[in-house]
Formats: sequence, structure tokens, C-alpha cells
Amino acid sequence: MHWHFPEDLKYTGKHEWVKMTDQNGKKTVLIGITDYAQDKLGKIVFVELPETGREVKPGESLAVIESVKAVSDVFSPVAGSVLEVNEGLFDTPELLNEDPYAAGWIVRLAIADEAEYAGLMSVSEYLTFVRQAEEEV
Amino acid sequence: MKKGKALIFEMGHAGRRGYSLPPLDVPPKPLAELLPQELARQLPLEIPELSEGEIVRHYTNLSRSNFAVDLGFYPLGSCTMKYNPKINEEAAGLPGFAFLHPCQDGSTVQGALELIHRTEECLKEITGMARFTFQPVAGAHGEITGLLVIQAYHRARGEDRRRVLVPDSAHGTNPATAAMAGCEVVQIPSDARGMVDLAALQKAVDEHTAALMLTNPNTLGLFEEDILEISRLVHAAGGLLYYDGANLNAIMGYARPGDMGFDVVHLNLHKTFSAPHGGGGPGSGPLGVREELAPFLPLPVVEANENGYYLDYERPLSIGKVHSFYGNFAVIVKAYTYIRMLGADGLKQVSTDAVINANYLMSRLKQTYHLPYDRLCKHEFVLSAVKQKKKGAAAADVAKALLDYGMHPPTVYFPLIVEEALMVEPTETESKETLDQFIAAMEEIDRRIGENLTEITRAPHSTPVGRLDEVKAARQPRVRWSREKDREKD
Repeated sequence: MHWHFPEDLKYTGKHEWVKMTDQNGKKTVLIGITDYAQDKLGKIVFVELPETGREVKPGESLAVIESVKAVSDVFSPVAGSVLEVNEGLFDTPELLNEDPYAAGWIVRLAIADEAEYAGLMSVSEYLTFVRQAEEEV
Repeated sequence: MKKGKALIFEMGHAGRRGYSLPPLDVPPKPLAELLPQELARQLPLEIPELSEGEIVRHYTNLSRSNFAVDLGFYPLGSCTMKYNPKINEEAAGLPGFAFLHPCQDGSTVQGALELIHRTEECLKEITGMARFTFQPVAGAHGEITGLLVIQAYHRARGEDRRRVLVPDSAHGTNPATAAMAGCEVVQIPSDARGMVDLAALQKAVDEHTAALMLTNPNTLGLFEEDILEISRLVHAAGGLLYYDGANLNAIMGYARPGDMGFDVVHLNLHKTFSAPHGGGGPGSGPLGVREELAPFLPLPVVEANENGYYLDYERPLSIGKVHSFYGNFAVIVKAYTYIRMLGADGLKQVSTDAVINANYLMSRLKQTYHLPYDRLCKHEFVLSAVKQKKKGAAAADVAKALLDYGMHPPTVYFPLIVEEALMVEPTETESKETLDQFIAAMEEIDRRIGENLTEITRAPHSTPVGRLDEVKAARQPRVRWSREKDREKD
């Protein structure tokens, strides 16, 4: 497979990555879409981001990504509240294509329950998941 | 076929005219004497100045740069790009229809009102609904009207239901409409057969469910076989069933949304009922409802009494108007002409032939292109270009290459549940020869991908413009014309 999936991230079945970070002793998670997701979406032209302070439940739509092919939701992998959004994506949505794991991060959440993070897929589980998805088509 | 791309504003010459008026036979009066100064323009109006011949050439060239169903095969999935019979235009152009003013007194437009009434009767019979409104002027407009009617219905029963269920194979307009109506959208997954996943639906319906929006046959061209069970589940929870009529062309005369349990139906007269579609519109998206929902329809509706036909505004529960006047009347004339030209048996034949054409194409093309849901289809089917993509050409490349064969491509990248989707809907009006030409073109494109990949990935080669920069068009659209010198300011 020609996609890149960093070892230190957790993954979801909706092709988001989640990174646990420690900000002054407060646990926050960064959320973005995987290299696989950006490749499947094609060139991304518009991103709609949530208001900071919004409370989200797992599975709730967090952001909307529009590519030349399709419009798709980014679903929140965990419960929490929105601390910060990547405003750079308004002017340069192509960051999601070019640098999905760093400059292309989407949202930072204050995570409500760290156990939810632990329950997400590891890189090896996600690899298996992507492989299966690829075999199906 | 390549032509200059000058806009009409960039053509012509100052002072050139396409007309010559007779000399004034009254003394001229300066504008200042006729208008107060604050109402007069300060700057001259910048309008193109061309001769009649230049104008004719300009627009004729533009029309030749366009592709149309009158020029070639147009298998754009879910759009039902069928032939538009020319007699429709003749009927809609009759002076008694074409020269009406919408503010005329009802007594002077009895024929037009009767035509709306008769079309309503036909659509009621075709769909099994109790009443129709003709105000919505597009499919999505019918959808939002339908959801407003559904909300009014629930409110009148003292219920606040805000959740709209939409299958993941739905047209994008369905979730967009639900969001526009202020509802929460809940996506229902498809199962391995490409049908609504009943277990997931069962879990999703509850006391918050306002409606399930469903297209049947769905966008994979497959008939939702569990529709009666779907209807039972949604209704048991107190929700309503909304029928997106985009794919009605597959089942006319065979099955009726009303008999499947649908409560609200929108139709696309510009698809199923042969009025021009796409840029050639305008559209018409009439909305039909069951008896219990009829009081909420937009006002006015056409009624009849012993004095003839009239527009009924006495509808206290109505959601109000959703369009000026009564919708796109000329499109209703075209649809009525079509229905009466074909009759009940003819409409049934339309669906028969649409389904046969689609199955013929599918059974031939699946030998070259992957068919993810390999079952008997209705009026359309969805191929996947995954095999071609492995060789370097994606669905979009196959689509662009088709343009060089003088054919419009199928819909690409939709429905979203099929990777590298190519959604093909031939319609009933195409001959076997045309279908065979399409098959040959699709097979040849597949061969050429192996032989000369860049020729395909750089196609089209014969159209007025080649590949457009879709990313730039989406990120930095220029939506109005401006003079070269002013462009920086925009």
C-alpha cells in the first residue's frame, strides 16, 4: 500500500486519525483525516469547521470536507468539547491533501473520557481495516 | 469545433447597432425634463454593441459548444436524459398558453387551470397520491416543500420531530434538504445487497423520526425489495415516508409509491415526463401527498366547482407559497402532452424499455468494467472503474475520453458507496444501435488505457475546451464578468 500511517496515532473506521497530546497537564486530542481518506476524496476544495466550545458526542459530525468528487463529514471519534480549529484550512484546504498528519490537522478537542481514546484502532488494526476495504472493491 | 472564447461584452464596437429605427416624428425631449436628476444614470450603461449578424453568430457558436440530448447519447445516471418530444414545445407554445399573464382573472384562463387540474389527476393515478401542488420548480424544491409539509403535519399533531433518515445511497439533495429544513440528518447504511439495512433502520427509528427519505429504485438502480417492511418500521415509530421521484422512470405503470406506503412524493417533470432537463430546463418538481397531508400543501391549489376551475386560497393550514404564481406552467403543459401522447400503456412501455435498455448495457459492460452489485437492475446501474484505475485511468478519465466519441459521460463518483463509480442510465428512447456504439466506445477506452494511457488521461481532444482546472474553479470561482482593467478589484 502506498499510503502512510504514523505509528503513534489512533485510527477510526471512518478514516480519521486521533493524537493524544498533553497541554499544560490537560489531555487534548488532535483529529484529522488519514492519508488514505485524503487520497480517496481527491483534491479538497472547502472545509467547514465547528465553533469552538461546541460539545460533541462520538459519531457526531464535526466538520465537513468538500473535494472535487464528494462532500463528506468528519465524525467525532470521541466525546469532548472543541478547543481549537485549524483556521488555516479556510484559505488552504489543500493542506489536508499535502500534509494530513501535521499542517492538515482539523480540530483539537478536550476529551471527556480517555478510555474512549484507548478503544480506538491501533495502526496495525487500521492497516488490516484498510486492506479489507481495498479487497472488497 | 474550437472557437474563440470572447464574451459578448468583449465583442463589437462603440456605436454599432443591430437595428435602425425610423426618424422621430415628435420633437425630442431631453431626459432631464422627463426624469428627476436623482433617478437618471450618472454613467453610461455598458451594454454590448453588435450587429444582428454578429449576435446570431455568437449565440449559434455558443450553442454548438454545448452538448445536448438532441446531439448525442446522454447516459447521465439518475438524470433521466430522455428525448424531449418536439410536440411538447408546440403545445407549450400555443398562444392560449404562451401569452397568458399570471395575474389574469381566473375566468379568462379556464383552459390553463383545467390543464393543471388534469395533470394533477394523471399524476395522482400514476403515484397513488391524493393531491399535488405544482409550485416547486425543481426536484430539490419539491423536497424542501415536502419536508415543510411533513413538519407542519407533525406540528399539527402536537409533535416535534426533527430527525430525517437518509440512506447512504441517497441523492445528495436529500440530506441537504433535511439540513435546510432545520432537521438532523441520520444516515442509514446499505447492506451487502445495496439495499437499506433493515437492522440499522430499526435501530434508528424512534419518537424523533420525522421521515425517511427514499428513492426507489435506489441510486444503484436496485428496487428496495423490503419497502413494505421499511414502511411498517417508519410508520410504527410515527414517522412518514418520503419518495424521491428521481427514479420513477423505472416503475411507471408497474408499481406506485402510494401502494408502497409512501406519504409524500415529489416528481421531476423534467426527467420522467420528458420536459427538457439540465441547462435546458426550467424544471418542475410537483409534490404529491396523501389525504391527511393535503391541508398543508402550498396555496393556492386548483379546485373545480359548478362555475368551473378556480385557485383556492382558503387553506388555513397551508405552509404558504413556495414560488411566485403557480410554478413553471409551460413545463406542466409539456408533461401533460407527454402523458396524453403515450397513455397508460405507453407510460408502462416507457418503464419496460428503460429497464431493458439498462440491463442490456449492464450485462455487456460488466465484462469489461467491475459491477459491484451484480443483480438485475431497473433503469440504471453503477459500474466501478477500479480495474481501469489500477492501470492508471480513473472514472473521471474514462468519462473525459467518452466526450471524444460524441457521447455524454455517465455520472461519476456517485453514489458515494461505490468506488470510482460510473452511473449509467440509458433511458428508453435510445435504439440498440446507439447502445451498441456506447458499449464499443467503453470497450475501446478500456483497451486504449492499456495501449496509450496518456491519450486517455489527457482526453478530451476534440471538444471546444479540454480539461478544466476543477480545483481552481471550486476554490477561486469567478462568478461575474469584469473588465480586464477591473479584474484585480474582484
